[in-house]
Amino acid sequence: MLHTVNKSPYSNTALESCLRFIQQDDVILLLEDGVYAAANGTRISHLIEKALDTHSVYAIQADVKARGLQDLITGVKLADYQDFVKLLETHRSNAWL
Amino acid sequence: MKLTILILEGPYNHQASDSAYQLIQASLASGHEIHGVFFYHDGVYNVNKQMDPPQDDRHIANRWAELGKSGIDIVVCIAAAKRRGITDEVLVPDTRISGLGQLAKMTMESDRLVVFGD
Amino acid sequence: MSESPKKVMITVRKAPHGSIYVQEAIEVMFIVASFGMELSVAFIDDGVLALKSGQDTGELGIKGFMASLGALTDFEVTKVYADQQSLDDRNLSEDDLVFIGEDEETEEPVKAKITSSENIAKMMAEQDSIMSL
Repeated sequence: MLHTVNKSPYSNTALESCLRFIQQDDVILLLEDGVYAAANGTRISHLIEKALDTHSVYAIQADVKARGLQDLITGVKLADYQDFVKLLETHRSNAWL
Repeated sequence: MKLTILILEGPYNHQASDSAYQLIQASLASGHEIHGVFFYHDGVYNVNKQMDPPQDDRHIANRWAELGKSGIDIVVCIAAAKRRGITDEVLVPDTRISGLGQLAKMTMESDRLVVFGD
Repeated sequence: MSESPKKVMITVRKAPHGSIYVQEAIEVMFIVASFGMELSVAFIDDGVLALKSGQDTGELGIKGFMASLGALTDFEVTKVYADQQSLDDRNLSEDDLVFIGEDEETEEPVKAKITSSENIAKMMAEQDSIMSL
């Protein structure tokens, strides 16, 4: 399963909820305001750091760039929409809005 | 891979419509099929031809019309549309209003359903 | 592709009335169920608040969806789940939940089935499509 999270983790519990339901081999894709979860050293960085132990985490590069994020958590992979498509080829999608 | 794209928010107010458009473009470039695009909740506003954004910004309704013209089924939910005053008269070309049954049908006939919203 | 009915899950994660998401999600439930797909519905996070009994939008002048919610099972929407953790977080128990119709066989009134996040997660993994509304 590919879990997409598009809301900022500081104001919305979508990411936390996603992490409660995620299963082995599932992948997380951060997009839109969800990419803020990939920022290093924040109040909620530990959520992604922990997720990275067992899951791949991607962040849409265009959204990261739009928001001027530079210091990202090590291990988060930047992705473009072609990568998103590739992930969909092998995963069904679950959007955490 | 056949995808159905469900868009739940209106244009400009949320990024949903833009993200969906990006995924659609990337899917088509990879040779996949967009089985249909369905607009629900405020998503129905996406196909309003009366939108008049600044000249130097994207015209979201026109994007959907172009995709519709290329043969992709661009559908707006009738119940959600009626609530919000979106009628046939204000639709951009090559888009249509239909029932939730179309969403059910599109989902049944696709390999993937991808949802964009808030 | 397999010939067995497609498994679709609708997830409802927003609170009712402050926005139309829950009401319009219920409208989708009726239609999807009528198409012969194997539909499950999971109320998670603020979505569980939609299942609270005693809701009355009369003074708001909003029609609301309570009548529809009380008839879910009449319209073949029978696999309805509420996330235990979400209920606990909001101090809600089974006693607080509304009836969503009657059991097909016993004709006893039924409520959403309270289940663990882990069970819902396992169900999610089995779906062909997940419709987050």
